[in-house]
Amino acid sequence: MALKRRKKDLTFLEKIYIPEIAKGLALTFKNMLKPKFTMQYPEEKFIPPPSYRGRPVLVMEENGLERCVACGLCSRVCPPLAIEVQAAETDREKERYPIKFEINMLRCIFCGLCEEVCPEEAIVMSKDYELAFTNRKDALYGKDKLLTPVKQLQDRINFLRNYK
Amino acid sequence: MPKFILDGKEIEFEQGQTIIQAAKKSGITIPHFCWHESLSISGNCRVCLVEIEKMPKLAIACSTLAAEGMVVYSESDKALSARNAVMEFELINHPLDCPICDEAGECKLQDYAYSHGNGESRFNEEKAHKDKRVPLGPLVMFDGDRCISCSRCIRFCDEIAKESQLTFIKRGDRVTIVTYPGKQLDNPYSMNVTDICPVGALTSRDFRFKARVWELSSTKSICNGCSRGCNINLEVRNNQVLRLTPRQNDEVNSFWMCDHGRVNTYKFINAEDRVDSPYLRRKGALARSGWDEAFAAASSELKSYSKNEIAFIGSPYATCEDNFILSKFATQIIGTKHMDFIRHFNTSFGDNFLRQGDVTPNSFGAKAVGIFPGKGGLDLDGIIKAVKDGQIKAVYLMEDDMIAFNPELQEIFSKLDLFIVHATNFNKTTELADIVFPASTYAEKHGTIVNSDGRVQRLKPAVATFDVDRALEGMSLSRWDKFGTKFDSWAEGNKRDARSSWRILAGLSGAMGHKYKYGTAEEVFMDIAKSINAFSGLDYEVIGELGAKLKLDSVTKPVIA
Repeated sequence: MALKRRKKDLTFLEKIYIPEIAKGLALTFKNMLKPKFTMQYPEEKFIPPPSYRGRPVLVMEENGLERCVACGLCSRVCPPLAIEVQAAETDREKERYPIKFEINMLRCIFCGLCEEVCPEEAIVMSKDYELAFTNRKDALYGKDKLLTPVKQLQDRINFLRNYK
Repeated sequence: MPKFILDGKEIEFEQGQTIIQAAKKSGITIPHFCWHESLSISGNCRVCLVEIEKMPKLAIACSTLAAEGMVVYSESDKALSARNAVMEFELINHPLDCPICDEAGECKLQDYAYSHGNGESRFNEEKAHKDKRVPLGPLVMFDGDRCISCSRCIRFCDEIAKESQLTFIKRGDRVTIVTYPGKQLDNPYSMNVTDICPVGALTSRDFRFKARVWELSSTKSICNGCSRGCNINLEVRNNQVLRLTPRQNDEVNSFWMCDHGRVNTYKFINAEDRVDSPYLRRKGALARSGWDEAFAAASSELKSYSKNEIAFIGSPYATCEDNFILSKFATQIIGTKHMDFIRHFNTSFGDNFLRQGDVTPNSFGAKAVGIFPGKGGLDLDGIIKAVKDGQIKAVYLMEDDMIAFNPELQEIFSKLDLFIVHATNFNKTTELADIVFPASTYAEKHGTIVNSDGRVQRLKPAVATFDVDRALEGMSLSRWDKFGTKFDSWAEGNKRDARSSWRILAGLSGAMGHKYKYGTAEEVFMDIAKSINAFSGLDYEVIGELGAKLKLDSVTKPVIA
């Protein structure tokens, strides 16, 4: 077997490594003096930008009703089958509403396809990333936990209108 | 046979056939809205425009007769651009409300808009608005906005249901459909218009908003509403039957089924009062028990009567397999000759189209597989009389509600020492029973039934029970069925511990020391085919999806009383 040779032999300085160590330490000392990014979570909380995909929520209009018309497209497109929708009839102009809307947060993968497919801008990704459960039942988020006032979601909705 | 050329392919036709008919016979579907195989030709939707050589203009394939040597192009640039233009025109006033429309997913307009639409509208003006949410009748909802005025529903009422109830009013873009003054869309076949409506203008009020159609699994089955045996699809989500739709079978029901069959024959399957395990009467009340315990109780009770004190009542609701094993059980294991079944006739139900006066699906089959009194045995009236006189002390009843059939029997049957019942739901009869076995409904088992013409047709399970597993049994699966787990509230639904009646009887005979060697309903049917002349030569394969005729000379057709 032919002996493999380096393309270029190391110089003396490279061989002793000391300049490289000094370079690394210089970077370390430089950053010691810079402002810190570490947050003291949970006392301090990270507020994500509008592009962040937290848990999906349903938009609640100012009259307290959901925008959702229970078309089931989010449920159809959801890759891990996290969403269950049951429609029912209402007297409102749009005829139908979700009598049951459940997202299984153990299944959800935060892909945002539900938000992308929604024809009514009724389900959007929120900034909520604090999801912890102690049993499977608690991970089923019903309408009570999903409905969120439209005011709180406005910057995500604006983001979607600009970039969707 | 004369031939014409469609898109470079030779197609045979019969004199008098139109291009679209001949193409369909050869398996080519030319896009269409208003044309329907069994309705008259209207030619108003214009979407079937095709190019024909030596014709100055495009012609509609649905009303142009095919002629020898004709050269037709349905996919040429000219034909396609015409089709795209027609689609754009159809979509001008159609609301974009697919998300709230029940038809979405099985909508012709949606499909063609996808394949032939140009993706955007050039129509900036306001769309025409018409009445929405109009109940045309007790079972059909109309949405004027969505209607494309194809007139299929009007022609259906006039030509098939033979009751003119619908008509167009107004003209141009204001045209809409109404019922005639003082009339409703309430003929016994009215819901078929929801199937033939190519858009979501006519939808079922029974199924309204219950599910999106792509969430349903569909199983080919037979309606159990009467002895016509209309071919249907059982559409199931979360182990619940949500709707029935007719399935084409030209020998039986063509494309149609009646509203009674569609609305009233599936709800008991999902009902809360289903018998969900064996029950034994303890201290006067029915109490849940295990299968082995119930078999042991039934077997020791049956053994304590002499064979002439026991009578068996089969069922025109149960399959041939169930009735065959019942008759075998009665004659071979118990040895009684007292055996019959209850005939349910309602002459006012029958008509001269689909509905039959015999309102049970399988009375022909029950009789054909041996549910009749043996020589010197008692028939139904005889059994009832003997129960009254105390000669018969034990009755074994399979899948029927005697007391609902005749309320006077309540007093007579409460005299019985032993009353064993196979029931799907708790009812007046189970109130009297000493032992209740949970029977599978027609939607939960394999089996065959015979319609009033002597046509054997197959039932297949669409709803899973403890006995039939959705995946293992090869039942049809929706996406949700495939990927659901037992932790998902939408996946498994309500499963009951019910079994086919023949399987219950096989278990009971095992407890009585006589084992039947059947593993599946198909094996039972093979035995039927072997031992009963009328069924000879048949098996599940031969019966297939569309059924097969019995050899009729060896059985006589039951007469409607």
